[in-house]
Amino acid sequence: MIRVEIPQHLRTLAKVTGEVQLEVEGPVTQRSVLDALEARYPMLRGTIRDHVTLQRRPFLRFFVREEDWSLEQPDKPLPEAVASGKEPFLVIGSIAGG
Amino acid sequence: MSGVRVLVGTRKGAFILTSDGKREKWDISGPQFAGWEIYHMKGSPADPNRIYASQTSGWFGQILQRSSDGGKTWETPGGEQMPKPGEFPSGGSNKFVYDTSGETGKPLTTHQWYDGTQHPWEFKRVWHLEPSLTDPDTCYAGVEDAALFRTTDGGKSWNEISGLRGHGTGASWSPGAGGLGLHTIILDPSNPNRIYIAISAAGAFRTDDGGKTWKPINKGLKSSYIPNPEAETGHCVHHMAIHKSRPGVLFMQKHWDVMRSDNAGDLWKEVSGNLPTDFGFVIDVHAHEPETIYVVPIKSDGEHFPPEGKLRVFRSRKGGNEWEALTKGLPQSNCYVNVLRDAMSVDSLDKCGVYFGTTGGQVYVSADAGDNWIPIVHDLPAVLSVEVQTVQ
Repeated sequence: MIRVEIPQHLRTLAKVTGEVQLEVEGPVTQRSVLDALEARYPMLRGTIRDHVTLQRRPFLRFFVREEDWSLEQPDKPLPEAVASGKEPFLVIGSIAGG
Repeated sequence: MSGVRVLVGTRKGAFILTSDGKREKWDISGPQFAGWEIYHMKGSPADPNRIYASQTSGWFGQILQRSSDGGKTWETPGGEQMPKPGEFPSGGSNKFVYDTSGETGKPLTTHQWYDGTQHPWEFKRVWHLEPSLTDPDTCYAGVEDAALFRTTDGGKSWNEISGLRGHGTGASWSPGAGGLGLHTIILDPSNPNRIYIAISAAGAFRTDDGGKTWKPINKGLKSSYIPNPEAETGHCVHHMAIHKSRPGVLFMQKHWDVMRSDNAGDLWKEVSGNLPTDFGFVIDVHAHEPETIYVVPIKSDGEHFPPEGKLRVFRSRKGGNEWEALTKGLPQSNCYVNVLRDAMSVDSLDKCGVYFGTTGGQVYVSADAGDNWIPIVHDLPAVLSVEVQTVQ
């Protein structure tokens, strides 16, 4: 079971509270986690990654255990801590305001 | 007894204001979609309980939601269904992809940028939603960068009506400071093949064949801020309105100048008359009097607030040129709000109600065609859009 934390506005949109838990088949990568997230919650398609290019939206970043994974290749395996469900995969929005 | 439902889009969510036909006591619900910019909400004329809402965010992009119960509950069209095993959801309700095929339209890939160079078309947001007059599942969307999209499945998927950008001048369209937005869509109630649209800062356009081909309808407009003041395109049209009984008569609030056309946009003439300033954003038409029109003059393009700090609606009962200030109930000192292009609407009750919202968060109503005004609410986030439904 993969754990994913998404920003509050996306939790509201997906009608979930707290952490999202997902089953991911095959290698656990950023791409496979986000694919599984969007398959489970279709309303999130386009909100984290662009519909067409699948590029991460500019004001969002991906973190694992305080490490910024935003610029890593999407098919690079995520740490075992995420794959085992020990740690969540974090989708974090930039801070609003100045 | 008839009543009204006012759909208010703001910088930080949507609000729905309801009242009976007297329009004196109001119920306020919201915020819905709290924290999101709601550029526009509009109900279907064919089914008033079907409402479409455009919500946008700098973080998460564009979202389209719809209601089938008059705004009590909302859903992402197509997003509510779990896909079957092995099937990936389309998630197309917020997917706006420009058509670049040679078969359905000229494959435009760039338009003019601020510095005169060519720049890729980039979808940013939906500015305006215009539901079909006859089918609740059909709705048009005006977007930035300027293009017209349509859904025929209740918002689950959207396709560009590509003939508009491909009509010949699309590559020369250039954004105003507020962006290259298609913000006005008018469906001709007497002719399903005729649609009017307006773009900042490209101008007004019309199709007479259901969207396959389009022509600029800007003859008679004069814009001193562009190199050729009478160019075919490049005019910063802020809003347009018609009366449903006379769809060939158009009224326009341009960047500067209030205009009218009596021949479906083929030729415009200025009707600013005695307005204190002819800059502004909104324009609307009385529900029962085709020659009664409303504007809210704003001081200038550099000073987006009412002249003299007085919030005044101006009404002409002669289709322009002769205007009277409507001030009763509106602040007449120290008022420096703006009224944005989609933030005025009218109801169709016997005494026509007129509504508008301000960037200061007030929504005003006049239940007597503009003679007297009261604020329905004082302190909403900045109002982006106001639409009114007259409901049974």
